[in-house]
Amino acid sequence: MDQLLQSVFSGVTVGAVYALVALGFTLIYNASDVINFAQGEFVMLGGMVTVFAAAAGVPLPLAALLAIAVAVATGLALHRLAIEPAHGASAVTLIIITIGASILIRGLAQLVFDRQFHTLPAFSGEEPIRVLGASILPQSLWVLGGAAAIVLALWLFMERTLLGKAVRATAANRLAARLVGIDTALVLALAFGISGAIGAVAGILITPITLTSFSVGTLLALKGFAAAMLGGMGNPVGAVLGGLVLGLLESLAAGFISSTYKDAVAFLVILSVLFVLPQGLLGRRAVERV
Amino acid sequence: MSRRVFAALLLGAAAVASGARPAEAQAPIRIGSVLSVTGPASFLGDPEARTLRLYVERINQAGGVLGRRLELVLYDDAGDPNRARTFATRLVEDDRVVAMVGGTTTGTSMAMIPVFEEARIPFISLAGGIEIIEPVKPFTFKTPHTDKMACEKIFQDLQRRGLTRVGLISGTAGFGASMRTQCLRVAPDFGITIAADERYGPGDTDMTPQLSRIRNAPGSVQAVVNADFGQGPAIVTRNFAQLGLGVPLYQSHGVASRSFIELAGPAAEGVRLPAAALLVAEQLPDNDPQKRVVMDYKQLYESTQNQPVSTFGGHAFDGLMILVEAIARAGSTDGVRIRDAIRQTRGFIGTGGVVNMSATDHMGLDLSAFRMLEIRGGTWKLLD
Repeated sequence: MDQLLQSVFSGVTVGAVYALVALGFTLIYNASDVINFAQGEFVMLGGMVTVFAAAAGVPLPLAALLAIAVAVATGLALHRLAIEPAHGASAVTLIIITIGASILIRGLAQLVFDRQFHTLPAFSGEEPIRVLGASILPQSLWVLGGAAAIVLALWLFMERTLLGKAVRATAANRLAARLVGIDTALVLALAFGISGAIGAVAGILITPITLTSFSVGTLLALKGFAAAMLGGMGNPVGAVLGGLVLGLLESLAAGFISSTYKDAVAFLVILSVLFVLPQGLLGRRAVERV
Repeated sequence: MSRRVFAALLLGAAAVASGARPAEAQAPIRIGSVLSVTGPASFLGDPEARTLRLYVERINQAGGVLGRRLELVLYDDAGDPNRARTFATRLVEDDRVVAMVGGTTTGTSMAMIPVFEEARIPFISLAGGIEIIEPVKPFTFKTPHTDKMACEKIFQDLQRRGLTRVGLISGTAGFGASMRTQCLRVAPDFGITIAADERYGPGDTDMTPQLSRIRNAPGSVQAVVNADFGQGPAIVTRNFAQLGLGVPLYQSHGVASRSFIELAGPAAEGVRLPAAALLVAEQLPDNDPQKRVVMDYKQLYESTQNQPVSTFGGHAFDGLMILVEAIARAGSTDGVRIRDAIRQTRGFIGTGGVVNMSATDHMGLDLSAFRMLEIRGGTWKLLD
């Protein structure tokens, strides 16, 4: 029993981070059909900038804000310098551009920061909370709470603000959105900016638990992508669900089947989803636009 | 001025210039090195390269070897075995080195072994893997301790504490996988039962599921051993404290650096690990044979490089010194004669331990080379 509960705690914590990365994928995908493989680098930037700013004497909350600003700026620059000049290129070309951008960001991070692993102090102590024989770190609650807050804020933004409605309109039909006077280029830039911010927050929240280094983005992007596919690419609720399910599957596999094949189990699930349910759990059905 | 006269003048000038410094009277002795100065293993390769440069310069200041200067030819393979092999060929064919000290990782070392074996040039590797010297290859040596020794040292300590049921948790990447195999192999020799055998991937960030499995292993475990290096052990250590397993935790020599204590934080308190004496140089008793060597190396390295000393740089120091002493003993730069002299190394005191080579032992360290340390108050504490 305690082992099941422990696996669940572990799974939802990791899953919440996958969910945030998947959410970033979804935002940009909806605005542009681009799958932004630099999404993981935003998470890396969030953690690394905070670590180095804090080490330079900046108070932690300010360092975190600075990290979010850097990630947003990186997102906007990625859009302005790499995606926009390739305007009209096919989605595959744009995806390859984002992979190139992610390699560039990783390389720069290696130069600007270093190649070592770093950590941050936990926000509210390291004393684990015991629940029915299992234990959860206070930082895990921060991760879960932070992820919930982001999802809620994003939902309010999308449903209750004019700009959010513009984003949704662009996602639904870009041409029609442009015809009714929505600046789709602005919406796209906005999507990159928000994705950067979400990624950075995830990176800051998770660093006290998982540590960070210049190279953590690659695997997170992969897992986040898998989560987004599992949930249905383009569906924000699906992204969150996909992330949590993937995190849970991984930790349950590690705890009950075999820790050696943990990653394999997760990707096996993705493969079967792609074969059996290509649109994902909650995805819209793929319709060729003619 | 004809070209021939000009060349003759140049030669004359060179002769006059070198006449002032006897160490340069003859051609320098070329020592090759291929290290992973950049790339993922840079935390190993960088201090190794710094150490080699530092000590080659010092040896030359003291008059060189056999009255000749040493010349270090150093290439950076960035952790790539293919590049390492290319550079090894270059060292043999173009640079014509008399010996080689290098090979940061087991992967790069294994890739280079055939090149030096074929050229019959002594090769002292700085990597940990036991396959480098087992089976013994005629011209290949190594200075660092092996993972098998780490397992034995840990099991010895467990034996002393009367603990026999062990949970093993290891990374699936090279070092962790290799050490896991060695630990499983030597466990019966020490009466140790591996009650749980869990693994995790290189990028994993949460090992609580594996540790819960160890806790719930049938018959309960009395200690946990973690075989890995890098960030994995830091996370295992934190998760271990989070779950409150309440048994001793052992790490390997792979985490023997300051960054492990920093990353693992308060959770590292009480963790034990085998490591080289260099890490606790100041704590060694004055009558310890290694005391003077490790203190000298530590002080010179830290005062010239402005960074804390690491055991990895120490391996390079040991390799270079074993080679230089062998060349001096051989009185020659012939590959076979240097090799024979390296094999005759007896009682060499290095940073890694006391080295006694033989035709069947190309590392020459025994278990006394490892010290058992415990982390207390955020620093290493020497236990024996």
